[in-house]
Amino acid sequence: MKTKARSNSLAYQGGSAAAVQPGRRSLSRRILDNWQLYALLLIPVLLTFIYKYIPMYGIQIAFRDFKASRGYLGSEWVGWYWFKRFFSSPTCWRMIKNTVLISLYSLLWSFPIPIILSLIINQLRFRRYKRVVQTVLYAPHFISVMVICGMIRIFLSPSGGLLNLLLGTQIDFLTQSSAFRTIYIASGIWQDAGWGCIIYLATLANVDPGLYEAAKIDGASVFQRILNIDIPELLPMAILNLIMAAGGLMNVGFEKVWLLQTDLNKAASDVIAVYVYQQGIESAKYSYSTAVGLFNTAVNIVLLLVVNKIASKASDVEFV
Amino acid sequence: MAKKRSMSTGMSERTSDIVLVAICAVVLVIVAYPLYYVLVASFSDPYEVYAGKTFLLPSGFTLDGYKAVFAEKSIVSGFLNSVKYTVIGTIFSVAMLYITAYPLAQKDLPGRKALSIFFLITMYFGGGLVPTYLVVKATNLTGSMWSLFLPGGVAVGNMIIVRNYFQNSIPHDLIEASQIDGCSKLRTFFSVVIPLSMPIMAVMVVFSMVAYWNDWFTALIYLGGKGTPLPLVMRNILIKSSASASQAATISGGYAELNKLTELLKFCSMIVAAVPMLVIYPFVQKHFEKGFMAGAVKG
Repeated sequence: MKTKARSNSLAYQGGSAAAVQPGRRSLSRRILDNWQLYALLLIPVLLTFIYKYIPMYGIQIAFRDFKASRGYLGSEWVGWYWFKRFFSSPTCWRMIKNTVLISLYSLLWSFPIPIILSLIINQLRFRRYKRVVQTVLYAPHFISVMVICGMIRIFLSPSGGLLNLLLGTQIDFLTQSSAFRTIYIASGIWQDAGWGCIIYLATLANVDPGLYEAAKIDGASVFQRILNIDIPELLPMAILNLIMAAGGLMNVGFEKVWLLQTDLNKAASDVIAVYVYQQGIESAKYSYSTAVGLFNTAVNIVLLLVVNKIASKASDVEFV
Repeated sequence: MAKKRSMSTGMSERTSDIVLVAICAVVLVIVAYPLYYVLVASFSDPYEVYAGKTFLLPSGFTLDGYKAVFAEKSIVSGFLNSVKYTVIGTIFSVAMLYITAYPLAQKDLPGRKALSIFFLITMYFGGGLVPTYLVVKATNLTGSMWSLFLPGGVAVGNMIIVRNYFQNSIPHDLIEASQIDGCSKLRTFFSVVIPLSMPIMAVMVVFSMVAYWNDWFTALIYLGGKGTPLPLVMRNILIKSSASASQAATISGGYAELNKLTELLKFCSMIVAAVPMLVIYPFVQKHFEKGFMAGAVKG
């Protein structure tokens, strides 16, 4: 009772303060003053509305039998029909399994590597060498997935591919489904682990140099400095990145899988994103493809919320 | 005693330096060698490459591959298309980032929070492939170059980085001074904010260029085979391994020679596609870290 009265008086104070302030300048006056800024925003808002929000509205075709001639609302409502069809399709569970496994293993391998790399690079004392290392490590990030996949295909070719030359074998890796995940993940690490260091290196650059000096005077080795100064410093950023990555667990990129897929490795390379493309764009099964994509997104959102909950309990980092 | 101790730490410092440098050297080789190998192979006889004779230097040095690249019409037109898309797309995207970030950086703008949320939501939710495709089709963009730019709208993550840069890295005094001098907000934008934001603009220009230069998925969905950009042209060469008709017509040396050229073309086209971006990014590299930190600080 007492607390309620108190909150009421607070609300009243807040209300009166808000009522007094605009007396200076009315809201409509302030909006008018800023007309130029609103004019700048006009095109971005319009484009975002058309190409981001209308498609969100269009998701409803997942529950309809969409016919372009009838429009979104005119097409017949079919409820969960397309979802049921997806779950009863013969490759459904294989695709879900492949999607989850590829991203889970990607996460496990490609999450720690940039952290380890940046801990090492940060301790390099020769500035020029450090810069060269950074420049070279960033390079693959700027190369198109198309070129990366071209390189993978050439390097893994059974007749004279670099890897077979080095191993002295003639294995056609891309026809083996057991090798697919390794190829996908290893090439992903090669391309983006260096780029992933940036955010960690920037965090480490802000560490108070006095801490290192103090640690040195106390006789701490490089390893001890990394363990006791750098790692605690990186932890919040690392957790944030982990949450973001976990939220995208079902987001296996279409491009690389599609380019590396062969008929023979499909047992491991059949993923939802490729299926959504094939059904939606190649076969023009609009409603069905939208339903499969929506299922994928829904799983992602649930994962993101769950992981965020766990992480915010485990630390002070809050993401959503 | 003191001397001995400092010596021993000196030694361990030196050993740890050597270990760190060595680890980085191994990483350097792992990252750089595949790229170097492609470069070397692009100047070599592909049969010798595949026979394992080429590791550090070209063997059977030849420029035939690059001659073929420039003779191959699809590659040349793909290259020119990509240049066009990259230039126009970058101007468009960076302009969009700026005209969105500047108003949202004004703390006293009525409705600022709602507008920010309006953009932020699109970072986490989207309509997905087909619903977006249907809207692009309905607005008559398919087959047009604008289908590569407009549906992307505002790159929200980059927009936040730019907005935070406006808020935190441009001296507030200068903005106030220009407003006391009677500059409108728009005038301040053009004559104070833009000139003072060149480091972040350089980073955004490079990010956009890379995105447009390397993009092929959007072109695959929306362009319908018209005005194909370079990476998509390369798909025929790299993934499908099919030599095009125009190339076969120019080669009279028979199947073996054609086969050789097809392989050589793979290496050379990869170099042509990768080098432009690899040459550009080191120029703005020193701004990357700052830009990312500015983006990480939530405003």
